[in-house]
Amino acid sequence: MNSLHLIQHEVPLAWYLLLSAVLFCLGIVGFLIKRNLITVFMSIELMLNAVNLSFVTFAHQWHQVKGQIFVFFVMVVAAAEAAVGLAIIIAVFRARATLAVDRIDLMKL
Amino acid sequence: MNDSLHLWLIPLLPFAGFLLNGLLGRRLPKSVVTAIALLASLGSLLVVLGAFEFSFQPNVLPHVETYGQWITAGTLHIDISFVLDQLALVMLLVVTGVGFLIHIYSVGYMHEEEGYWRFFSYMNLFMFFMTVLVLAGNALLLFVGWEGVGLASYLLIGFYFQRTSAADAGKKAFIVNRIGDFGFLIGLFLLLANFGTLTFSEIAAKLAANPSWTGGVLTAIALCLFVGATGKSAQLPLYVWLPDAMEGPTPVSALIHAATMVTAGVYMVVRMHFLFDRSPFALSVIAIVGAATAIFAALIALVQNDIKRVLAYSTISQLGYMFLGCGVAAYSTAIFHLMTHAFFKALFFLGAGSVIHALGGEQDLRKMGGLRKKIPITFWTMTAPVLAITGLPPFSGFFSKDAILYEDFLDGAAGKALWFVGVVAALLTSFYIFRLWYLAFWGESRDPEAHPHESPWTMLGPLVVLSFLSLVGGWFGIQRFAAYLRPSDGPIPEGGTSGLEVLLSIVAVGVALLGWYIAYLLYRRRQELPKQLAARFPTAYKVLTNKFYVDQIYSFLIVKPLLAVSKYLLEWVVDVAILGGLAWLLAGIANLGGAILQRWQSGNLRSYAAWLALGAAVLLVFALAPYVLSASGIDIRLAGH
Repeated sequence: MNSLHLIQHEVPLAWYLLLSAVLFCLGIVGFLIKRNLITVFMSIELMLNAVNLSFVTFAHQWHQVKGQIFVFFVMVVAAAEAAVGLAIIIAVFRARATLAVDRIDLMKL
Repeated sequence: MNDSLHLWLIPLLPFAGFLLNGLLGRRLPKSVVTAIALLASLGSLLVVLGAFEFSFQPNVLPHVETYGQWITAGTLHIDISFVLDQLALVMLLVVTGVGFLIHIYSVGYMHEEEGYWRFFSYMNLFMFFMTVLVLAGNALLLFVGWEGVGLASYLLIGFYFQRTSAADAGKKAFIVNRIGDFGFLIGLFLLLANFGTLTFSEIAAKLAANPSWTGGVLTAIALCLFVGATGKSAQLPLYVWLPDAMEGPTPVSALIHAATMVTAGVYMVVRMHFLFDRSPFALSVIAIVGAATAIFAALIALVQNDIKRVLAYSTISQLGYMFLGCGVAAYSTAIFHLMTHAFFKALFFLGAGSVIHALGGEQDLRKMGGLRKKIPITFWTMTAPVLAITGLPPFSGFFSKDAILYEDFLDGAAGKALWFVGVVAALLTSFYIFRLWYLAFWGESRDPEAHPHESPWTMLGPLVVLSFLSLVGGWFGIQRFAAYLRPSDGPIPEGGTSGLEVLLSIVAVGVALLGWYIAYLLYRRRQELPKQLAARFPTAYKVLTNKFYVDQIYSFLIVKPLLAVSKYLLEWVVDVAILGGLAWLLAGIANLGGAILQRWQSGNLRSYAAWLALGAAVLLVFALAPYVLSASGIDIRLAGH
């Protein structure tokens, strides 16, 4: 009860969630409109971290450790994804000499 | 009493021969193929002879051997069982005996042919199915043999399959037989529905236990089975395949289309005589069909010029005689004639084969002549069946044909009519056979190109043996023969006097001699007469040479309409329009759908991402909508919940 009061008095819950939503939407927009593969990749990271923020917020709000654990999982996955994704990006660049997503379309019919 | 006769060896030895020659024959030398085929049929004959000797012990027949259950469904049990009784024994002796002789003959006749191994493997296959047919203890196993001999017949008629006419003849035989088999199958179903069993002994026992069962459904069963018999035994109206079946090699004509397979219908009727006995109507139908076929085929045979076709029509006519015997419930006479006919008609065909062989493939009687001096052994061995078939004493045909005519004569007023038809057919038979004899063997050679040569002894040996059988085969006498067969086919009708029998015999012999004299007059003394007669009666001559236009009528009434329906209705309307249209419609829908959905797959990564985001948003809306709405006080639950 005490800590809940503390948060409510300091920064309201909604602000954290709002920040998370804003970051997530920035990630989506970045993902949709950017052509550079690395920027797209960063947008994905941004979305993941936006979700992480909501997890932590709720975990703090409800005094539950589950949310915190989920954050660790997400960070592990994000790290793995970053490793694999960057490797792919380097391979793609070596092969095609471009990182524009619109031009990486060899699979198209 | 419980000795096993190893009846299974009788069909399985030829089957082994079929497998060996059929699978390996192509790579084996001719001598090995010959040895396999001959040993297989000889082995089968020896087992039959062993069984024949065994059968003389008292009270051993009928001998049943069951090898296992074939079909078990509810109350229905069908065994794989062989039954040996007097009837089966007589038939087996004919099939394996004549069959073995024809195998020997074929060694000489087929020596130069392509596919020598194929021929012998088919012959052995035929022997397998024919012996299964004869030994079968129930109607279904009989049907297996029945269909199997049809298959062997088809394969052998179409042996020279490179020739379109042979391939067509094979198909014709198969399809016409299929029509008969349809009737046979219906008969089997009716038997099953009414008796609950297909085992001959059980059906016979049920009939014996219910003496009041006559006519009705029994007539239906008998007639259905008889339809099968008209197909297999080439009776009106399904006889049309047999003349065309002469496209096969001559030994095949002798074995399958004269001596054994075509008599399967007669055998089947006698085998189920207890059923036919209960339906006077069916018996009358059999007698009438037999009489009609006997005279009809004999009329056509009068003017045929192909030596094998004369014999084919003669076979149809003689099969008619056998059904004449069956039709008055004198089954032993039918089987007696079946046996003597097997001897003399096999001999006819083998002799004709020898003639054709001698002339290097010539089958036209008009190009023969004067062969008496050139191939004397063939001539003499051909003379034996000529005398036998015309019914001149003391040759075999005299005894069997007279027995049938005599039994017909005893059968009331209708029987007198049957007898008269039979006698007229005998006159025609005598005429056409002596015509063949004079045309082929007497006078001068009509083909200066021909250099006939006598056949090898592998061919002449069987001819001599069969001549002997044709001469003495009837001496057994119908009385003793009928007495021997009695346990399996019932007594022959009694009631005549020996004086009457002698009188009728004299009439029959007189008629045969008259036929001989006319043939002598027309084809020996005054050889210009046949042409004048043909010119005098052009319509009759034309109708006969065109075989009563039966093939044309069938073609017009059945084949052409069937083909038209198949082509225009089934092919164009049903297949192309309906089924094809449906397929095109479905393909069109799929194509159109694909063309539309294809636009989604732009290959643009960001458009995919946009769809993904949109989808996620929609899901989110659906997931959250209830909470948002309930928070705003709107109840979206359905009424009643």
